[in-house]
Amino acid sequence: MINNRLRTIVWALASLLLVSAFVACTPEHPQSTFDSHGPVAEAQMGLFNLLTWIVSVVFVLVTGGLLYTVFKFRARPGAPPPQDIHGNTKLEIAWTVIPVILLAAVAVPTVQNQFYIAAPPEGEDKLVVNVVAHQWWWEFDYPDLGLSTANEFHVPVGTNIEFNMTSEDVLHSFWVPKLAGKMDIIPGKNTTMWFKADTTDADPSTPEKDSFYGQCAEFCGVAHSWMRFRVHVDEQDEFDAWVEHEKSNAKDPETDLEKEGYQLFLTKGCVACHAIQGRPDAVALRGPNLTHFGNRSTLAAGIKENNNENLKVWLKNPDDLKGGTIMANEAAVYINPDLALSNSDLDALVAYLRGLK
Amino acid sequence: MASISNVLRRPTSTTGVWGWITTIDHKKIGIMYGVSSFTFFLIGGLEAFLIRLQLARPEHAVVSPEVYSQLFTMHALTMIFLGVMPLSAAFFNLVIPLMIGARDVAFPRLNALSLWIFILGALMFQSGWFLGGSPNSGWFAYAPLTSSTFSPGNGMDFYTLGLGVLGVSSVAAALNFIVTIINMRAPGMTLMRMPVFVWMTLVTSILLVTAFPVITVGLIELFLDRRFGFNFFNPDAGADVVLWQHLFWVFGHPEVYILILPAMGIVTEILPTFSKKPLFGYPVIVFSGIAIGFMGWAVWSHHMFTVGLGPIANSVFALTTMTIAVPTGVKIFNWIGTMWGGNIELKTPMLFSIGFIFLFIIGGLSGVMHSIAPSDAQQQDTYFIVAHIHYVLFGGSIFAIMGGIYYWFPKASGRMLSESIGKVSFWLMFIGMNVTFFPMHFLGMDGMPRRQYTYDSSYGWDFWNLVATIGVFLLAAGVIAFVHNFFRSLRKGEIAGNDPWDARTLEWSIPSPPPEYNFAEIPIVNSRDAFWEQKQRGEAGEQGTGAGYGEEEHHDIHMPSPSYWPLVMAIGLTAAAYGMLYSYPLAALGAFVTMVGIYAWSMEPVTASEDH
Repeated sequence: MINNRLRTIVWALASLLLVSAFVACTPEHPQSTFDSHGPVAEAQMGLFNLLTWIVSVVFVLVTGGLLYTVFKFRARPGAPPPQDIHGNTKLEIAWTVIPVILLAAVAVPTVQNQFYIAAPPEGEDKLVVNVVAHQWWWEFDYPDLGLSTANEFHVPVGTNIEFNMTSEDVLHSFWVPKLAGKMDIIPGKNTTMWFKADTTDADPSTPEKDSFYGQCAEFCGVAHSWMRFRVHVDEQDEFDAWVEHEKSNAKDPETDLEKEGYQLFLTKGCVACHAIQGRPDAVALRGPNLTHFGNRSTLAAGIKENNNENLKVWLKNPDDLKGGTIMANEAAVYINPDLALSNSDLDALVAYLRGLK
Repeated sequence: MASISNVLRRPTSTTGVWGWITTIDHKKIGIMYGVSSFTFFLIGGLEAFLIRLQLARPEHAVVSPEVYSQLFTMHALTMIFLGVMPLSAAFFNLVIPLMIGARDVAFPRLNALSLWIFILGALMFQSGWFLGGSPNSGWFAYAPLTSSTFSPGNGMDFYTLGLGVLGVSSVAAALNFIVTIINMRAPGMTLMRMPVFVWMTLVTSILLVTAFPVITVGLIELFLDRRFGFNFFNPDAGADVVLWQHLFWVFGHPEVYILILPAMGIVTEILPTFSKKPLFGYPVIVFSGIAIGFMGWAVWSHHMFTVGLGPIANSVFALTTMTIAVPTGVKIFNWIGTMWGGNIELKTPMLFSIGFIFLFIIGGLSGVMHSIAPSDAQQQDTYFIVAHIHYVLFGGSIFAIMGGIYYWFPKASGRMLSESIGKVSFWLMFIGMNVTFFPMHFLGMDGMPRRQYTYDSSYGWDFWNLVATIGVFLLAAGVIAFVHNFFRSLRKGEIAGNDPWDARTLEWSIPSPPPEYNFAEIPIVNSRDAFWEQKQRGEAGEQGTGAGYGEEEHHDIHMPSPSYWPLVMAIGLTAAAYGMLYSYPLAALGAFVTMVGIYAWSMEPVTASEDH
C-alpha cells in the first residue's frame, strides 16, 4: 500500500517536473537562451544541452539511490542492529573513477568550444563594431564604415561581427542571449567577442518583434536594470542602405514646431551632452548621438517604444522611466527651475527629435 | 603590583548578565555565537523577503532602486559573514572541545575576543542602514563601481571597515581552533580517530587563516582609494580594475568552502548516528575534505569566465573546477554508503541531513554545468547562478546547520526540541526552498540577469518570479516554526539526558548541559567513534550515561577565570572603525582602548589569584 502511494507521489513529481521543464523552455521569450540564432549561441546551447542530459541522468541515479536507501533501510521495530561496515575499497575507487571519466569526456568539447567562441574563424570576412559602454547607455561605432550610433545597431545577416569593447566608467557586460553569451566590458581595457546571426528575424511568430534583445549583465549602478539595447539583423542590401543613411547628416527641421524644438535643443543645454551630425553646435559625446534618433525603435537604451507619448514622458522627467539617470541628475533643464521645460517646449522637442529620421 | 589589569577588578561571577559578558567558557560563547548569528540570519532573511516582494510582479515598486541595491548587497554579506560563518563558529565552540575530550579551547580569552568583535563588528556593519546607507555595489564590490566617484557616501566604507573588523574575529577564532584541535585532543585520539566534524573544522580554519589576508589586502586598498585618493583601482590612473576581482575571488572561492565544509562535517556526524552504523569510508571522506580545501585555491577564475581572460585561462579554470566535483561526489556516495544497510531513524536532524544531500546534489550538478566555461557565458550573472548558489548555500549550509541545531540543542540546553514541530519546519523549508529557487534556473535560461530591481512584462519572466516569491512564504513559515520550537522547547522540551540519540562521539558521554569543566576525568580514546565503542564494550555507565565523566562535582579542576579585556578590546576596535568614518580623534581613542585591552590582557593571569 505504501508502495502504491509512493509510486503515485513519484509519478506526480516526475510529471510536475516535466511540465515545468516544458513551460520553462520558452524560446519565444525575447532573451531566451534556448532560441539560438547563430553559431556562437548554438555552440553554447549545444554544450548546455549535453550537460543537461548528463546531469539529469546523474541526478536521477544518485537521488534515486539516496531515496531508495532511505526508504529501504528505514528503521523497523525489532530489526537487528546493522552490521558495522567501514568501507569498500573497490566501490570507493569505482565512484571516484567514473566521475573522472565523465568529466574528461565533457572537458574535450569544453576546451574546443572555448577556443571557437573566442574569436571569429580566421580567413572569413568580418565586420568590426566598437562598443563603448556608459552608465546606462551604449555607443556603437563602426570604425571601417565611419559611423557611430547609440543603443541600437544594425548588422548584416550571415556575417561574422567582431566586437571591441571598452567602458567609459564602470564594469558592464554585453549580452545578446539569442546570438552569444556575454562578455564583460572593462574601463581601461579592451575585451573582444564575436557572433554571427543566421536569421534576420529574432522571433518569426511575432512580426513586430524582429529585433534581437540585448542588455547589460554586470551590475553597473542604480539603473543597471534599464541598460538595454537592440540588434537589427538586415539583409546585406538593407544593411548597406542603413549605413549610407546613417552616415548622412541629420535632417533639417521642417515644420515650425520642429524648428522651435531645434532652437530649444540648442538653448536648453541638450547640446552639452548630445551630438547631432551636421550641426556644428551639437558635437558633445557624453550622451547618445541623436543624429537619426527618429529611426530607432526604442528610446532610453532599449526600454520603451520610441513614440511621441513615451518620448514626452522621458523628456519631462527621465527618472520616471529610468530611476537614477545622469540626465535627470545633471541636465540643466531638470536641476535649474528657470530652465525647466514647459508643456509646449516638450511638444516642440518631441517633434524635432522624432523628426530626425 | 598595581598593574593595569587591576584597574578593573577581575570579574568572578559566572552567572547573570555579567557572567555571560565576561565568560570565557566555550559553551557559553558558542551559545552567544549561535543566538546572535541566528538573529542576523533572520535579518538577512528579511532582506531576502523584501527582494522577493519587489520582484513578485513586473515593475513593482515595493522599494526604490537605491534601496534594492543595498538590499541585495547586504543580503549576501549578512548571510555569509553574519549568518552562516558565525553559525559554523557556534558549532565549533559548542562541540569541538567536547568532541576531542578537552575542557576548553586552547585560548579561552581569545575565543571571547572573537565573539565580541563579531557581535560589535556585525552591529557596526548593519548600522549603515541607519547612518545614511549600506553598501550598495554588490557583495563582490567590483571596482571601479566602488570608488568614491561612483559610490559616494559612507555605504562602501561600512563594507571595507566592517569586513575588516569581522576578519579579525574570524582569523582569531580560526587560529584558536587550529591550535585546539592540534594540541588539546584527549590521549589516544590520533588525527585519524578524530570525528569528521573536527577534521572539517580544522580544514575550514586553515582556509580562514590563509584566505582572509587576501581580502584584507583588497579591503585596505579599497579603503585607501576611497578615503585618501589612492589609485589602486582607478583605471584613469592606469590601474587594472580586474586586480580587485582576482583578490576578491582568490579569497572568495575558498570562502565558499569555508561555508560548506563545516556543513559537510555536521552531516557526516548525523548520518552514522541515525543509521546506527559507522561512517562508510572514513579516510576517503577526510581526504576528500582536505582535497576540496586545497583545490578551492585553484578555481577562483571560474567566477570570471566572462572577464576576457582568454581561452587558455578559461580552459584551465574550467578543468580545475570540474576536478573539484570528484571529491565532492565521493563524499555524497560515501554518505549514501553510510546509510546503506543501516536502521535509519528519520528524526529531524536526519531529515535535514538527507535534505542537505538531496539539495546539494542539485547545487553540485548545476555547479558542474557552470564549470563548462563556454556555455557558462550564457548563465554567468543570471538567475541560473542565483539558483545554484542557493542550492549549495541554503540547501547545503543552512540545511546542515538546521540539522546540527536539532542534533546538538539537547546537549547545549539539556532539553529536546519538539520532533513534531521539527518535522513541520523541515517540510516547509524543504518545499519552500525548492519552490523559491528551482524556478530561478528557468528565469536565468530565459535571460533574466541578476541584480535587476525590476523587469517589464514583455520579457516573459512574470510567472516564475511570482512562483519564487510564493516559495519564500513557505520558507519563512518553516523558519518561524523552528524559532517557535526553539523558545517552546527551552522551557517545555523533554529532558534530554546524556545521550538522547544513542550517538557515537564523546560529547554524548557527559551530562547535558555539560558542567563548566566538561569532563571530570579526561577520557582515553582507543578508536574512532570513541563513545560508541565504550558503549559496545559495556564500559559506559547505565543507559549510556558515560563512563563516569563529569558525574559528580569536582572542585579541584581549575578553569580559567572570566575576563573583561576581550570585550574592552572589541569595543576599542569597533570605535576605531567608526572613528575612521566620522572622526579621527575617535579612531585614536579606539586604538588607545584597544592597546589598553591588549596590555591589560597580557598582564592578567589566566586564573584569578586566590587573594582576590
